[in-house]
Amino acid sequence: MKEFFTKSVARNIYYGGSLFFILLFIVLTVDTHKRLPDRDNREALTETAKHGKRLWEENNCIGCHTLLGEGAYFAPELGNVYLRFGKSKEAIKAYIKSRPVNGIPGRRSMPQFNFTEEELDALADFLEYTSGINTEQWPPNIQG
Amino acid sequence: MKYQSQSVAKLYFIAAIGLFVGQILFGVILGLQYVMGDFLFPYIPFNIARMVHTNLLIVWLLFGFMGASYYLVPEESGRELHSVKLAKLLFWVFLGAGVIIILSYLLIPYGRLAELTGNSFLPTMGREFLEQPTIGKIGIAVVCAGFLYNIAVTILSGRKTVINMVLLTGLVGLVVLWLFSFVNPENLVLDKYYWWWVVHLWVEGVWELILGSLLAFVLIKTTGVDREVIEKWLYVIIAMALITGIIGTGHHYFFIGTPGYWQWLGSIFGALEPIPFFLMTLFAFNMVNKRRRRHSNKVAVLWALGTGVMAFLGAGVWGFLHTLAPVNFYTHGTQITAAHGHMAFYGAYVMVVLTIISYAMPKLRGRRANSNKAQVVEMWSFWMMTVSMVFITLFLTAAGVVQVYLQRMGEAPLPFMVVQEKLEIFYWMREAAGLVFLLGLIVYISSFFIKGEADPVDEISHPN
Repeated sequence: MKEFFTKSVARNIYYGGSLFFILLFIVLTVDTHKRLPDRDNREALTETAKHGKRLWEENNCIGCHTLLGEGAYFAPELGNVYLRFGKSKEAIKAYIKSRPVNGIPGRRSMPQFNFTEEELDALADFLEYTSGINTEQWPPNIQG
Repeated sequence: MKYQSQSVAKLYFIAAIGLFVGQILFGVILGLQYVMGDFLFPYIPFNIARMVHTNLLIVWLLFGFMGASYYLVPEESGRELHSVKLAKLLFWVFLGAGVIIILSYLLIPYGRLAELTGNSFLPTMGREFLEQPTIGKIGIAVVCAGFLYNIAVTILSGRKTVINMVLLTGLVGLVVLWLFSFVNPENLVLDKYYWWWVVHLWVEGVWELILGSLLAFVLIKTTGVDREVIEKWLYVIIAMALITGIIGTGHHYFFIGTPGYWQWLGSIFGALEPIPFFLMTLFAFNMVNKRRRRHSNKVAVLWALGTGVMAFLGAGVWGFLHTLAPVNFYTHGTQITAAHGHMAFYGAYVMVVLTIISYAMPKLRGRRANSNKAQVVEMWSFWMMTVSMVFITLFLTAAGVVQVYLQRMGEAPLPFMVVQEKLEIFYWMREAAGLVFLLGLIVYISSFFIKGEADPVDEISHPN
């Protein structure tokens, strides 16, 4: 065993194995791209939803919330918030608008971002688009 | 220290430790915000503090990796570093840029920062761990490329050892994969798909190559075991890291909109990901058992053994706990993830950087090893930080289990914020453990200032 398993065998496993799995990963990536149109709700990715995604990023919402389970774990999951709020974009907008500037004593609170009406619409559209992505039934229930 | 140019590593190590302190201070703030929701609000909201915490971690580990490379590459290559000037220049650029980025997080509202730095031209901001302004990201890319150039020229014109070559492939991967931080499609599924190419393929790919080569270097130096033996181990470990880790990316693709087959691929390869870490533990203990000399730097050996064990527990065991798709369905994005993240990063990357600092710093300061007295204090800091990290992980795991049960299982699942209030007791205990960690870090730093008796001498032993 020791004779057979030399350093050069180990080296070949490293280079050969890595190369094989890199190529396989690339093939799987191409296949994933081909299948995504049926799953990623791209029809709902309107100009306003894209604007909403930019606002989501430029205000670092991911620093507290999770989106499809990724982000920080300080505030609720928002991938399904559109469904949780009864498919009401107005409810989402009202929630964001109502955040007190100085927070709530002793409790976690979302900052007040002073979004314009147009920006609130964009954010709500983005969250609606996100809720339509096929996530294999995740999260397990409406609570996220 | 065999080569003059190795001394540039010292700058990097000092900066790394300084930024580490900042990271932990913000960790303590975050832990408190979990239980006192309005702490520092609205001046330092949670999202800002978290960004500082995680970005400082990444930056200080990069400083650690760079310092480690500048230390070991000349010695392994048998020549001086290609350019000490470049190494020093890049150090100041990187430190300056890093400090400016962190200060801008704290002093300017994030949205305003995005506006000032022209995020609309090339939007890359506001994604977890990749929050740096686009110009900051470009700066990181330039610094890393310059660093890679310096290291590559040194290695390729010197002695090409296995440690050198593995480190070099790791560093090339680090730079190349960083370029995916500039990829931010408007399609959320694709955004997340490529985001993992940086995040997962760094920590479960190229960083493991760097980790393996640093550990192998320290073990060669401190145990006196034959290089051939160590190099064979190194190849096997990193082969397993990439063979499991590349397709293992799939364990992040379960619920973000990608095809269902990723659940199978991600589960299978994710379940294999503990193997390289298990091998690393075996490796470290085996080499120390086979050692031909007892190195006078005992605390460096302790850090090396600790890296093996804690990386296996944190990245291996805690990763495996929730890597299977049917389990992850319930645990995805809960405190279980936070628990795993903490121990994995500490066990694998924090500890390996502290290992190499522990080995190299005395030499950079002109001695073979620190005095016994200083070593004992450093050992105290090892145990304080490591044990408190174990407790942080256990408390977060408990919080996660309760969270999964209350929020995601059962007849009447409770809302997120209601569940969070019920977890308060675990968060308080985590905060207490975090304070002990900070104390351990203070003890660690104080060990640098302890002089004590003259340097101990190596004992030559032949256990075999």
